[in-house]
Amino acid sequence: MRPQDLLTPMSAGLCCKPGGFHIDPVRPVERAVITHGHSDHARPGHGTVLATQETLDLMRLRYGDNFAGSMQALRYGESIRLGEVTVTFHPAGHVLGAAQVAVTQGGLRIVASGDYKDVRDPTCTPFEVVPCDVFITEATFGLPVFRHADAAAEVEKLLSSAALFPERAHLVGAYSLGKAQRVIALIREAGYDSPIYLHGAMEAITDYYVSRGIALGDLRPVRGMAKADLAGTITLAPPSATSDLWTRRFPDPLTAFASGWMRVRARARQRGVELPLVISDHADWDGLTRTVAATGAGEIWVTHGQEDALVHWCATQGLTARPLALVGYGDEDSEDDSAAPSASDAS
Amino acid sequence: MNRFAELLDRLAYEPGRNNKLRLITAYFSETPDPDRGYALAALTGTLSFKHAKAGVIRDLIAERTDPTLFALSYDYVGDLSETVALMWPSSPLPAGERSAKAAGLEPGEGDQSARRDDTPSPAAPTRIDLSPAGRGENIVAVAARRHNNPPPPTLTEVVATLRTLGKAELPAQLARWLDELDETGRWALLKLVTGGMRIGVSARLAKTAAAALGNKDAHDVELIWPGLAPPYLDLFAWLEGRADKPINRDPAPFRPVMLAHAIEDADFSTLDAADFAAEWKWDGIRIQAVSGRDDRGHIATRLYSRTGEDITRSFPDLVPSLHLPGAIDGELLVVRGGRVQSFNVLQQRLNRKAVTPKLMKEFPIHLRAYDLLADGDNDLRELPFTERRVRLETFVAALDDPRIDLSPQVPFATWDELAAARADPTSAGAGTDAEAVEGVMLKRRDGPYLPGRPKGPWWKWKRDPHVIDAVLMYAQRGHGKRSSYYSDYTFGVWTNADGAEQLVPVGKAYFGFTDEELLQIDRFVRRNTTETFGPVRHVVHEPDQGLVLEIAFEGLQRSARHKSGIAMRFPRISRLRWDKPPREADRLDALERMLTSETAAGGY
Repeated sequence: MRPQDLLTPMSAGLCCKPGGFHIDPVRPVERAVITHGHSDHARPGHGTVLATQETLDLMRLRYGDNFAGSMQALRYGESIRLGEVTVTFHPAGHVLGAAQVAVTQGGLRIVASGDYKDVRDPTCTPFEVVPCDVFITEATFGLPVFRHADAAAEVEKLLSSAALFPERAHLVGAYSLGKAQRVIALIREAGYDSPIYLHGAMEAITDYYVSRGIALGDLRPVRGMAKADLAGTITLAPPSATSDLWTRRFPDPLTAFASGWMRVRARARQRGVELPLVISDHADWDGLTRTVAATGAGEIWVTHGQEDALVHWCATQGLTARPLALVGYGDEDSEDDSAAPSASDAS
Repeated sequence: MNRFAELLDRLAYEPGRNNKLRLITAYFSETPDPDRGYALAALTGTLSFKHAKAGVIRDLIAERTDPTLFALSYDYVGDLSETVALMWPSSPLPAGERSAKAAGLEPGEGDQSARRDDTPSPAAPTRIDLSPAGRGENIVAVAARRHNNPPPPTLTEVVATLRTLGKAELPAQLARWLDELDETGRWALLKLVTGGMRIGVSARLAKTAAAALGNKDAHDVELIWPGLAPPYLDLFAWLEGRADKPINRDPAPFRPVMLAHAIEDADFSTLDAADFAAEWKWDGIRIQAVSGRDDRGHIATRLYSRTGEDITRSFPDLVPSLHLPGAIDGELLVVRGGRVQSFNVLQQRLNRKAVTPKLMKEFPIHLRAYDLLADGDNDLRELPFTERRVRLETFVAALDDPRIDLSPQVPFATWDELAAARADPTSAGAGTDAEAVEGVMLKRRDGPYLPGRPKGPWWKWKRDPHVIDAVLMYAQRGHGKRSSYYSDYTFGVWTNADGAEQLVPVGKAYFGFTDEELLQIDRFVRRNTTETFGPVRHVVHEPDQGLVLEIAFEGLQRSARHKSGIAMRFPRISRLRWDKPPREADRLDALERMLTSETAAGGY
């Protein structure tokens, strides 16, 4: 069997015809296998959804109880038979509940890794390399200039800035699912034990992380705080809120942004970020190339991001590689998921 | 080097002056000698390394990276130093940062739960062993080898080495350092050696930050600065109270300049015209020209900008004229055929790397003197203005040089008479030089020469600014206290292009409005945005829809970088014209006409 008969790129997403399902479909389908809870991968309206329990819970938080006809949870390492194929989940290290999907039929195994990172994250299960024949990789940071720094050192920058400017409020833009909780956990690991304030849009997801046993310390809603009392504090907010009317409640706000994009100065300056923190939930260039090599796959399919450079690199390594040209997947950091709550709670 | 790199990194993003000062002062207090001294030298532009050129850096990266990957990356990043800093190959993995589970596992062997106690502890040293599982010809074992790397160089090592290194040895040395530093360190190193810091820090700001370390004023540092040299051990010792103030042995030191306040209509009623002398306010560069005798009795001459930066090298043609010991306060102008040229002409002499004989001949430099701060060894600053003026007249006569003349006084008995002279400098004595007059200066006859901007003794009374009505086109958010407000405005005027009436941007303004007006404009921008490009909002600007801004500005010049071909000096918003439909805003032709009779802001 040819790999493209096992998994085929279609307009709705990657389709497994022999298994009768799509992976991370961008349009409603009968049966969907979802890698993780970010909204570009996990969309509502499918007939049946197979995902980890955490991903299902996060989808429920975002879309309500009836986000799909029926749901089925699969744990990391567990396999399930769908049609003529076997589907197995493996941790992707991206956010809580993120899974790589291994699809096996006969002697052929394809791994759709979704979004992943191979570095430490105290808020989710570490990434696993899954040997396979075809590895499907993202390429969000698929250029050799993207080499993410040590996340702990980046958080140290934030804390020393907060110490140097005790009269300013530090606003940290971070995507509400995953990045925010990881940044909070890293801040706690660095020994900071004062309250950390949250934008309204992050409360539910962060509460969920805490309910899954991830200790994040003293968290408080920023809503209702007096302006003067926010001097010297750290607040996490969705990236778009940090440049919004919402920031007027803070005394002399200093804008930080935790994202892999912050590696490139022009990107940080375009957003008016004063304190860029290079913290990413995606693999950097070294992580992508290291992982591609480690899977032992002879063929690499590259999905969303900077496909060109990674495809070129694969060719120099003697690997067959091609861009999948799937549309509908973006970088969650640029997603504007906060406009509604921030506008309505601008009191 | 890493701490210095961190400072540069922070400064590059920090828009606020006071916050920049805090960052620099904090660095000086945390960093030991001599590193901090070399940092001060770097920030004040005192260091330069002649062999380090962009070409060297291009060659280094070409030897180490795939050309396709480099091209794609450079295209994305857009800055050579930054691209090289980010791409430079090195794989020192932060200990514990890579996942221990990144090993080949058979399906089913994996971890069965999502509990976080499965994550390795941050302290656990992690060695990644990517063992091939079946078919792994391409697997490259990557091991954490940070502990094998030599420590990154200190700033002092970098500066000391670069000063003595020959051209041939430079590439290998740069490569060694780039291997040892992290991304930010590499970026800072490349910025340091190529000399283009561009982080928005002036020499004055760096000195102010150093002064703050000892709760001193920047003027105190400026006074002794010319006698100091990197790494400024004596300066820091004094600032930290460990030693006496260094003595400025410079024969031609800078003296902090005296600045004027802008006069308002209401001020005249409280001032007596008889107490003041008046001069033309020249549209040139404020300069302090100092000559003194060194230990061997030779004349040393220096030209300083109003902030104390030594700009002697830019005007070597003026140096021989300053052959007597003394300190002149005056205006640098270009005089051709006995006529003072406009600021636009003078600008051809500014910020040039090489001052060629052709440039000096085409733009002959001239000093128009209006004050004398020292005559020989005598400090005149305590004397009243009228006495200094007499000494100045004698001094300029003794110099007897066509390149140096007196700024004439403008006679007047009443404020009305002065107002008339200001309105028509040509017939009030300025003659053909009137084109370079941008107003009048008022100086109290009994006033001493005081550093800074004391209120009362000196006033500037500029000619009325130019005003046009322009249409708001784009808005961008500000920083810090203004970070949520659309406070940076691009505005345009009408022109006919390709047979259609359209707006062409002619400038950008950030101030001039009140807090209340800012709120109004911000609201307008938010409600009338038609498109967004990153942080920039495209605001509606149709003939019948949009906001007209009255823009005041000091001058115009030709500019190839602007689509309109015109650049404005010192534009600010003087009024919001809610009453005016955009179709009635000014046209580009009006600005074109203004270009010929052009004046602008100057040295006070």
